[in-house]
Amino acid sequence: MNELLDLYITFVRIGCVTFGGGYAMLPILERELVDKRHWTTMDDLRDYFSIGQCTPGIIALNVSTFIGEKKKGVPGALCATTGFLTGPIIIILVIATFLTNFAEQPLVQHAFAGIRVCVCVLIVQAVLRLWKSSVVDGFSLFLYLMIFVLNAFSGVLPVKIPAAILVIIAGVTGVLMSMHNRKKTAAAGSADGKEADK
Amino acid sequence: MSTILRLMLEFFKTGLFSVGGGLATLPFLYEMSDNTGWFTHADIADMIAISESTPGAIGINMSTYAGYKTAGIPGGILASLSLAAPSVIIILIIARFLKKFRDNPHVEGAFYGLRPASIAMITAAGLNVAKVALVDLDAFHASGNPADLFIFKAIILAVLIFIGQKKLKWSPIAFLAISAVVGVVFKF
Repeated sequence: MNELLDLYITFVRIGCVTFGGGYAMLPILERELVDKRHWTTMDDLRDYFSIGQCTPGIIALNVSTFIGEKKKGVPGALCATTGFLTGPIIIILVIATFLTNFAEQPLVQHAFAGIRVCVCVLIVQAVLRLWKSSVVDGFSLFLYLMIFVLNAFSGVLPVKIPAAILVIIAGVTGVLMSMHNRKKTAAAGSADGKEADK
Repeated sequence: MSTILRLMLEFFKTGLFSVGGGLATLPFLYEMSDNTGWFTHADIADMIAISESTPGAIGINMSTYAGYKTAGIPGGILASLSLAAPSVIIILIIARFLKKFRDNPHVEGAFYGLRPASIAMITAAGLNVAKVALVDLDAFHASGNPADLFIFKAIILAVLIFIGQKKLKWSPIAFLAISAVVGVVFKF
């Protein structure tokens, strides 16, 4: 029971500071879940993000469900997800009830211009942290560059490929490429075997 | 009662079909606005602005707002839970599947491709934030002076945060709070 409450409260905290589309959440998750609580690993987090890209719903929410499930099964998933939603729901209810033109207030605009700068840095750090375990060879570097260009410059490209499709293409080419790699190492392995037999 | 049920159904549908993050809900929200009249297109535009300055994603925020407008606080809560429900169900299924097949070479192969794709998209998202946070494209287009392109105080703050994060092992939450204060004090 206490663990469920702990999950809920942890994700309330995370939900209250997830600005910038969920990606800035990665360093926060790393700090709260990997370093402090040892609930998951950075590699697992990254895999949850990749799956979150091609399934319905907000990525940050998907990641919450994954971690809750890993920790405490279905009740854990529900606690983590509702925890994540609690902050945003309360904030919008307060804004809808009391504040009009909230986003136009100069104070709010300045504060969020500052926060956006921090979000940039957090995202850069997330990428640096994950680089080594994700971009491991020429193929993965090629995929990284291709998907970055298609995604970042989709506005100026003649066709806009939805992110979900890009992710599915990446997954399928990953399967094919690793099959190809296995065949190659198997062939090399059996060649070595023949050498040894002689 | 039936209004709340309809709210839940509409937002459940939106949650089910919007793949790939908050902005993917937008086309569904416009459609819902036309079909139900629960909120106007101007409300959606306001909510985009609010979502940029609050932690929640646009879909969650819009569902809370529309639910509150049509059925009070219970409406706000139930509408956003309905939006989240499909993704929770799907992720639970995938999590089960992953536990079973984590060592399958094809699943491992899929991740071999998914990992670089995932960080490519994170990089692209970072670039999008940087485009508004660190550079001022409008001022640059207006004057043509490259010095106007960069928002220098923002870049200085970014460098300081980057170094600070490496040296002081503070929580990223602390840096977000500091950045908000710096933004207000130095009028970002």
